[in-house]
Amino acid sequence: MTTTPLKSTGFYSESPRPGLLGWLLSTDHKRIGMLYLGCITTMFLVAVGLGLAIRLQLFAPGQHIMSAQTYNATFTVHGIIMIFLFIIPSIPAAFGNLLLPIQIGARDVSFPRINLLSWYFYISGAVLAVIAIFSGGGPPDTGWTFYVPFSTQTTTNVNLAVFAAFMLGFSSILTGINFVTTIHRLRAEGMTWGRLPLFVWTLYATAWIQVLATPMLGITLVLVMLERFFGAGLFDAASGGDPILFQHLFWIYSHPAVYIMILPAMGVISEIIPTFSRKPMFGYWAMAISSLAIAFAGSLVWAHHMYASGMSDFAILVFSLLTFIVAIPSAIKIFNWISTLYKGSIQLAPPMLFALAFILQFAIGGLGGLALGAAASDIHLHDTTFVVGHFHYTMFGGTGFAFFAALHYWLPKFTGRMYNQKTAVISWGLLFVGFNVTYMAMQAVGIQGMPRRYYDYLPEFHTLNMVATVGSWILALGLIVMFVNLFKSLRSGPVIGMNPWGGATLEWFVPSPPPMENFGEEDPVVTRGPYDYQGVTADEP
Amino acid sequence: MSHEHRDDTGARFGMWLFLYTEVILFSGLFLLYGVAVTKYTDAYILASNKLNVWFGAVNTVVLLTSSLTIALAITAIQRNRIRTCINLCVVTIALAILFLINKYFEWSHEISLGIYPASETLLEMGPGVASFFNLYYFTAGLHGLHVLIGATLIGVVAVLVARGKVTSDRYVLLENSALYWHLVDLVWIFLFPLYYLII
Repeated sequence: MTTTPLKSTGFYSESPRPGLLGWLLSTDHKRIGMLYLGCITTMFLVAVGLGLAIRLQLFAPGQHIMSAQTYNATFTVHGIIMIFLFIIPSIPAAFGNLLLPIQIGARDVSFPRINLLSWYFYISGAVLAVIAIFSGGGPPDTGWTFYVPFSTQTTTNVNLAVFAAFMLGFSSILTGINFVTTIHRLRAEGMTWGRLPLFVWTLYATAWIQVLATPMLGITLVLVMLERFFGAGLFDAASGGDPILFQHLFWIYSHPAVYIMILPAMGVISEIIPTFSRKPMFGYWAMAISSLAIAFAGSLVWAHHMYASGMSDFAILVFSLLTFIVAIPSAIKIFNWISTLYKGSIQLAPPMLFALAFILQFAIGGLGGLALGAAASDIHLHDTTFVVGHFHYTMFGGTGFAFFAALHYWLPKFTGRMYNQKTAVISWGLLFVGFNVTYMAMQAVGIQGMPRRYYDYLPEFHTLNMVATVGSWILALGLIVMFVNLFKSLRSGPVIGMNPWGGATLEWFVPSPPPMENFGEEDPVVTRGPYDYQGVTADEP
Repeated sequence: MSHEHRDDTGARFGMWLFLYTEVILFSGLFLLYGVAVTKYTDAYILASNKLNVWFGAVNTVVLLTSSLTIALAITAIQRNRIRTCINLCVVTIALAILFLINKYFEWSHEISLGIYPASETLLEMGPGVASFFNLYYFTAGLHGLHVLIGATLIGVVAVLVARGKVTSDRYVLLENSALYWHLVDLVWIFLFPLYYLII
């Protein structure tokens, strides 16, 4: 059916430089977005492999495929890659770059060269992280949180891993600065704040967290390095420092960071739900403001990771209350998605299925978060696999599934090719079942008392661990089917028109894939809202 | 193909955002300071008295003056006085170097007394004093690094002014460098009393 190869369509065919240099030196937001997407997906698959190895080791009590030290290194590297190289940049850096300028009617971001620079920081961080695994005293074994005093004393290659995370933080800051400026300065004529797609609103809130919180991670990691190199002693009680302060500084960034991870995912869902319900978003302003509210309130709850660290009961009370407050804007989002579905003309296309799975799984993860935010139950659940399960429900069941939803929703836009939708539904089914089996079992065994980060366990935890491991195989199968299906579409998928889903945001009114500078000669003038579906229909397949 | 896009307000806006990130970077160290000074108040007063207030005072004057010269450089370029603008940039850089030289002598003196992170002399002085000097070295060190970066930045901009790339109607780069320099100055204005003037 299709004869034109991908590289001679849209922005792929227009570049001042030929071949690989056209990518490595390009300041076009779409090319940078595709670079990010490729790297992020690769990193994701590497970390998935490590995750599967962890589950395999936990299949039964005793040592199977790895020693305790290897196990420590495996979960650490799994965490570092998943957090810093996949989830944090996943939606904002990949889809944010691809879509933000088009959705607000701009030709590019405010600082295209800094945008490219941020990708170079990302790739340098990625390379350093990989080098850290294979050099020095062996892969880091601290867990992705780098808690002192262990991280300042272990002989493994923590220095390089920490420096890699520092570089990635810088990359994230530059993206944040770029996006905030772009949204303020480059909106097209008629693109008022009230007409911004909700994905842009969430990117806006995310970018602010990136700007305001990430430097705290930077200084914390610098201090860990100084401690290792010079014995700086700022976290060492013997020289007047305080190890607990590390935890505070670390979580002052790393808790807001989970909202860097989830907010853009919520934005993706807010684009998909109205399109496939053929209804405007219910409560547009509530959705927009709740994104900012999550970003704000989420910055004040960091110490709920530290209930067991010995801080005062009063502090626990305050942080517990603040944590519960974050649940309010999150719940507003869930209610509004469901209200949008209500009496909508729902089409269960693949992106919609992923979005619906997101709502269910994020709700489960969010409610589990309340069990952890409440001091009384947290003391029981602290450092059990319940925490790991909860985290994966929000980050994988939430952000991960939103990332898959975004891939199924927007990838055709940027390749001009449609994947096989039946296969996509099958992969969704496998992922949905595999995911819930794996992490529900993990949560259940956590409630029974199985500690996290242990490579061996008591026999009474065997059954549920076995179930979780079998679930991880279904999950892996689902991932293989999904990525093969998407990858095949690049070569042989049927060509699509401008608007395969009937979306009403601006990206659906430019060709697929979009041309260089997105809008041709004339700047777009926006005259309608992002979810105004009147007169907008999907292309005939 | 790509037509030129220029947005000076956007560039300034971006710079302000970047300055926020710098403030937060330093605020991590200020937080540590806040906790430690509450915990070891007496030791902090004792340790602060070991610093030579004159070194700090001179450096404060030097940096404040350099903030003035870089601000004057902007006025100069607005009035299209290229020569004056370059000279003022050079003076700013000279003041930055003066600051670092001053710092070098101050640190050499303290190191010669055996006061530096993880030194035995420092550990013998007790956890409070040790915490003070550890924080002092790393906060001032990070600030010194920023002085170096800022001076380099101004040097680059001065070259661009000389080559006519930064002109009287296109000087946002100089403005942003000056903003950065003011931040470097501002951080020092907080550092100086916190470390030198505790009584």
